[in-house]
Amino acid sequence: MSTPVSAARAGWLLMRRDLRLAMRRPGEWLQPLGFFLVVMTLFPLAGNPQLSRLRDMAPAALWVAALLSSLLALEFLFREDGQDGTLEQLAVSGLPLSWLLLAKTCVHWLLTGLPLVLVGPLAATALGAPYASIPGVLVVLLVGSLALSLIGAVGAALTLGLRRGGVLLALLVLPLAVPVLIFGARASALAIALEPMAGSIYLLGSIAVLSATLAPLAAAAAMRISLE
Amino acid sequence: MAWIWFHKLGSPPHFYRLAGRMTPWFAWPALLLCLGGLYGGLVSAPADYQQGEGFRIIYVHAPAAWLSVMIYSAMAVYAAVGRIWRINVCHALAASCAGIGASFTLVALVTGSLWGRPMWGTYWEWDPRLTSELVLLFLYLGYMGLRSAIDDTARADRASAVLAIVGAVNVPIIHYSVTWWNSLHQAPSVMKFGKSSMPASMLIPLLMMLLGFTLFFVAIMLVRARGEVLRRERGAQWVAEAAVEA
Repeated sequence: MSTPVSAARAGWLLMRRDLRLAMRRPGEWLQPLGFFLVVMTLFPLAGNPQLSRLRDMAPAALWVAALLSSLLALEFLFREDGQDGTLEQLAVSGLPLSWLLLAKTCVHWLLTGLPLVLVGPLAATALGAPYASIPGVLVVLLVGSLALSLIGAVGAALTLGLRRGGVLLALLVLPLAVPVLIFGARASALAIALEPMAGSIYLLGSIAVLSATLAPLAAAAAMRISLE
Repeated sequence: MAWIWFHKLGSPPHFYRLAGRMTPWFAWPALLLCLGGLYGGLVSAPADYQQGEGFRIIYVHAPAAWLSVMIYSAMAVYAAVGRIWRINVCHALAASCAGIGASFTLVALVTGSLWGRPMWGTYWEWDPRLTSELVLLFLYLGYMGLRSAIDDTARADRASAVLAIVGAVNVPIIHYSVTWWNSLHQAPSVMKFGKSSMPASMLIPLLMMLLGFTLFFVAIMLVRARGEVLRRERGAQWVAEAAVEA
């Protein structure tokens, strides 16, 4: 047994480990991004491809695609570590599990959320959003995708190791993500219309802060149950 | 010493007997109140001057909508109590709440859309209150789905308790986000009931129905919780003795 590690350092080490593991398998964490782009492509194909019509649909398309792809990405959050026993080790390490899960969720967001944040505004311009709206949409996606990852972590921890986990995860997480979807789509619509969107961003930000505070605690409680 | 009654409630045989004895005390007043409320609401109350006879569905809709939210809160409280003090009976109560709450949510949705047909001209309007009822139904379905996905009862209890508590934190957020979303999108087109205060001939039947539905819920919950306790304790000695008695 080496010297005890502080919680902050353990979180940092865990983030580095997760990042390094993910870098060796880039295909896995890039899949949600590909899924996001495919879903975004489906909207013009299924609807009216005129840019003026698409512009009205762009915020809805952006957020439905972002929500679905973040749901898909949740598969990768705990699955590998649950199968090889890493999560048990984290749970019995004596360090605060909620903190470690927060670190894991942050890495997960860096890998699956951040690419979406960077590509999302460009995809929105393809649906008719003006180029001047890119920074605004980027900020909205940045705040909103963080909240989605944090809320999703609770669902992923609850359904870890269940047989019909995937569909159930969607049923658990999607209703809880409704506020993020509403405010995110509203803020994106304002950004695309080049109108001030501070109010919606504040609401979205407060949801993100609330989830960052409470979701790791709930995820840790759920994780301990799933690991029994 | 003062807490002995509380711990006694947590003992399954004691709860089973007590719940069995209490059920009629809730069921009969519920039946009488509902019959009285229905008579008052459907027969003796005057038709609304704006909405005509169509308003009478409020006597079913409003109690169902109230219960759909109230039962979710009750479920979350039972789940939290069961989780904190590790009381199995509370988990059984939470489990029996879910199905009843989902049913009342469905009733509120159906009656709301039936009311919407003459009032809005369409069965479904994305009205904030109907929309948040719909999301609440999804929350109930998720809770029941999680429960049924876990075979081990003790584990299902604890996992669904976490979900119920997370959901209870989210219910007000979802409600207000849906309300704001609609008011941001379009001018509110909902006809408000309560602006001019209701005359007593309309209000008293409504209050009777509210109380009657609530008592009915408690009675049904106790019946279902008794069944749930029996299922959980099926190997225990007292269950065999209770079966011989009955």
